[in-house]
Amino acid sequence: MENSPLFKSGHTACAGCGQAIAARLVIEAAGANTIVVNNTGCLEVFSTKYPDTAWGVPWIHSLFENSAAVASGVEAALIYLGKKNATNVIAQGGDGSTGDIGLQALSGMLERGHDILYVCYDNEAYMNTGVQRSGLTPFDTNTTTSPAGAQSSGNIRPKKPVPEICLAHGIPYVATASVGFPQDLSRKVKKAISIKGPKYIQIHASCPLGWRHESNQMLPVAKLAVETGLYPLFEYENGVLAGRKQIIPKPVEEYLKTQGRFKHLLNNPEEIKKIQEIADNNIKKYNLKLES
Amino acid sequence: MKEFVEGSHAIAEIIKATQPGVISAYPITPQTHIVEDLAQMVANKELNSQFVNVESEHSAASVVLGGSAAGVRVYTATSSQGLFYMQEVVFNIAGMRLPVVMTCANRAISAPINIWNDQQDSISLRDAGWFQVYAEDNQEAVDFHLIAYRLAEDKRVMLPVMVCMDGFILTHGMETVDIPEQEKVNKFLPAYKPLYKLDTAEPISMGLLADPDYYMETRFAIQETMKESIGYLSGISKEFNAVFGRDYKDLLVEEYQTKDAEKVIVAMGSVCGTIKEVVDEQRAKGKKVGLLRIITYRPFPYARVYEALKNVPKVAVLDKAVSLGAYAPIAVEIKAAFYGKKKGPKVASSFVAGLGGRDITLESIHEVFRRLTVKEVNSDFIDLKPELLKEEYGE
Amino acid sequence: MFGPLTVNPAKSKGSKTGSWRTLLRPHYLHKNCIACRMCLMICPEGCVRGKEKNTFSVDYTYCKGCGLCADICPKKDIEMVPEESKEEGK
Repeated sequence: MENSPLFKSGHTACAGCGQAIAARLVIEAAGANTIVVNNTGCLEVFSTKYPDTAWGVPWIHSLFENSAAVASGVEAALIYLGKKNATNVIAQGGDGSTGDIGLQALSGMLERGHDILYVCYDNEAYMNTGVQRSGLTPFDTNTTTSPAGAQSSGNIRPKKPVPEICLAHGIPYVATASVGFPQDLSRKVKKAISIKGPKYIQIHASCPLGWRHESNQMLPVAKLAVETGLYPLFEYENGVLAGRKQIIPKPVEEYLKTQGRFKHLLNNPEEIKKIQEIADNNIKKYNLKLES
Repeated sequence: MKEFVEGSHAIAEIIKATQPGVISAYPITPQTHIVEDLAQMVANKELNSQFVNVESEHSAASVVLGGSAAGVRVYTATSSQGLFYMQEVVFNIAGMRLPVVMTCANRAISAPINIWNDQQDSISLRDAGWFQVYAEDNQEAVDFHLIAYRLAEDKRVMLPVMVCMDGFILTHGMETVDIPEQEKVNKFLPAYKPLYKLDTAEPISMGLLADPDYYMETRFAIQETMKESIGYLSGISKEFNAVFGRDYKDLLVEEYQTKDAEKVIVAMGSVCGTIKEVVDEQRAKGKKVGLLRIITYRPFPYARVYEALKNVPKVAVLDKAVSLGAYAPIAVEIKAAFYGKKKGPKVASSFVAGLGGRDITLESIHEVFRRLTVKEVNSDFIDLKPELLKEEYGE
Repeated sequence: MFGPLTVNPAKSKGSKTGSWRTLLRPHYLHKNCIACRMCLMICPEGCVRGKEKNTFSVDYTYCKGCGLCADICPKKDIEMVPEESKEEGK
């Protein structure tokens, strides 16, 4: 028996790579009748280095920023061929290729109403090039281009709200997920696939190298992001908040202290307070707090 | 069927006849009329195609890349900045060996912004791995699109083709054009059967990372295919002639009064019509002048150029583009064609004309012949206005 | 002429990434397994197999030793053991 026929063993992701887990869960949930269009990034590099491919489904990579547009062309061709109803199309990329350089292509795909699921694997920086800051890097994160220093506590801007940007396009399904909650992730992909039209799922996918934690600590780290309110898990169906993962909020410090990228903040209560405010706002906005 | 139509409409008519499954484009002057007409044809149900309105040329090229990878015939058109914005996708399409056909309505490049014709846009993308053919008139522009699909989809080729036609001069020019009938088109251009495609029945991965162990061969293969294709073109041309009765010979160059010529201008595109008029006029006066028209610029037909010009004493290369800081683009190729060869022109001068839509008149061509003397010149600008130039900056 | 262009997944062998393991590898105890499949779900390599209780195993040809299966197992039925241990064949 083959290990995983749709996303095969033998790829060269780092040990404990969150994106590798998420990518396999996504394609296994979507099934074999799926065509995947991939942006440039870690996932593309570690899964399709010639002459190997991890992908048991039809898969194409073109450029850093154009998966949403290439997928639009694939979808249009499938409609022309009368095969669209039998085939899912997934466009995917990392946070930089989705929310920064590829945002225009993504917006175009959403606005045109293509029947495509876009998946953003959000590891919160440009990991493939060496942990540079992206628009989705959280506030105060230490990256190689937003380094902490004598007059810096890391990334000066809050995380770009790409799910909200997608939501503003009036698309039928927007969700966030996390590798810390694999069953929830799979369920959301299946649900998205069942809905016609453009869909967006953003998956918080830990990067042991860039976040600086041990590879076996992926789960507690990913879970804490959700449990502190820093990475709210929610689902919007037709513009209405249809689901969220409720939490008994933990202080953000518990999450921050698990990773080297936040180490510089641990003796800086002022900065931690600002990050706690971000979590508190999320908790309020999405009504995350579980009443005990 | 002969029609008196605008060039853009004629192109839309022939694209309709090729029945692309996916069309995607972003508006840019002077390409717009082509895609507007195609959109209307789809709206009228005259053409069964997915017309994808995109948010940029980058996405237009990406959409046709995706459509082609999924196994259908595709079409896009652009111009100038649009082509430049597409650039990385343009290279990508060739690297992925996808038989995309694109019209480039040739237009100048910013800055300063200028919507009028020259050939700087497509010429700047000469290294992309696309065939580039340049039409002289709208009949050719129409016919070259049919030939483009035949060539691109040839199993030995599988490379994209850019059909270049001078913006406004051809795209907006009214001419009588014989628009091929559907039946004949079907005879010449069979339905597209991809060699490889994204298909859930037989999954493959496309666009993989090729490290130093594998990358070079991808480039070598395109280079060799381009060279081999020079030979395929005459076969395709012969078949085209058999169906449509128009003979483009080897599709590489057109020799016009070159056999005994003492002075020959080398040029590309619609300006050749003007040059032919001057050649006729001078020939009538007994002057031995001629024109060598480059039809296929990529791959460049070095051997044909050599044969055509080897006994011509003086050659003037007329470029409608520049390579700032170097010899003009076509001039470089012509000089290269003779390097290390026994025969060849004593003088190969290079002239630049018509940038940013400045008219190349009959007088401009006369001026080129006048300046083609024993003294070789390089990138000599024709019709320049010295009164606009100053040595130092000032308002 | 064509150079390297596409890959058929059926012909792709992949890298034998099991050689990456340096310190630890998972050892499936097969005592308290409830077949919740969490180890299979979380494996970044997709190299855990099994269906029934106490039948799950890992393909050491590919396992990079990240330890996530052991971490997620709700029954603590997977342990990370030193690479040189003889607990389970490589």
